[in-house]
Amino acid sequence: MENAAAVSQSIDYIAIFVQFIVAAGFVITVIIGTHYLGPKRKTSQKLQAFECGLDSIGNARLPFDFKYFLIAILFVLFDVEVIFFYPWAVNFRELGQSGFVKMLVFVAPLLLGYFYIVKKGALKWD
Amino acid sequence: MAVVQTDAPEMYTGEGFGLTRLEKIVGLARANSIWPLPFATSCCGIEFMATMASTYDLARFGSERLSFSPRQADLLMVMGTIAKKMGPILKQVYLQMAEPRWVIAVGACASSGGIFDTYSVLQGIDKVIPVDVYVPGCPPPPEAILDGILKIQELVKHETFRRRNSEEYKALLAGYGID
Repeated sequence: MENAAAVSQSIDYIAIFVQFIVAAGFVITVIIGTHYLGPKRKTSQKLQAFECGLDSIGNARLPFDFKYFLIAILFVLFDVEVIFFYPWAVNFRELGQSGFVKMLVFVAPLLLGYFYIVKKGALKWD
Repeated sequence: MAVVQTDAPEMYTGEGFGLTRLEKIVGLARANSIWPLPFATSCCGIEFMATMASTYDLARFGSERLSFSPRQADLLMVMGTIAKKMGPILKQVYLQMAEPRWVIAVGACASSGGIFDTYSVLQGIDKVIPVDVYVPGCPPPPEAILDGILKIQELVKHETFRRRNSEEYKALLAGYGID
């Protein structure tokens, strides 16, 4: 019996779960509670976009050209590809032929993608 | 300056517990965590900067977080001359504040137009929005601004949940053309 106290049982950890429930419960209760405790006045003027007290002009949700985004994301893609080249290039001799083949396997799909975006005209600015 | 101590609200206390009204606890919490929106247009604003800085340190009263968006502000602090052209802008800022909201007019200009008794200056911001506390002075020293904040805290602490739905309050807002 003297061993029983030393052996930890999974029931002993129930306090941790209770703590998690209390912590989450407190946060959720307070977040929901504030919505009921606080007074509300949802007038059209209050719900307008805040423009430092001036009337807002136009809509913030305008369509705009995403060319810059596309170029930027493609740059990041190939930039990361180039980063992988550096350690490979440093250890080129040690890696030998198998290293070269592995790199080809890595580059081939990306090169395929590169031809695809060029064909699609993603890099054409005008 | 001595440390300001906040008294606990009236409570029914027993062994390790205290019972009070929710209103009082909420009032206590609100009063000691006011987020001011400084609407500073002239020299009273400079005095307000001193109030926020180390010597006077408004942060001691739970107001260290200034909000430059009305969405998160509880207290609109109007400090300085408000020209008539600025009136509608001030009103719009007030309208877009979160509920419940309080207004403090700091200095003679915001309270009454001050020395600028001219065609172009609003003769007190209470012409366009309801004001809770007026701080006199031209400009008022930081102590006066702190006193005004403490007065606001008293108002906040003792505000009932019903006040913002009362007929009097609705009539007050209606008087300013605010729905």
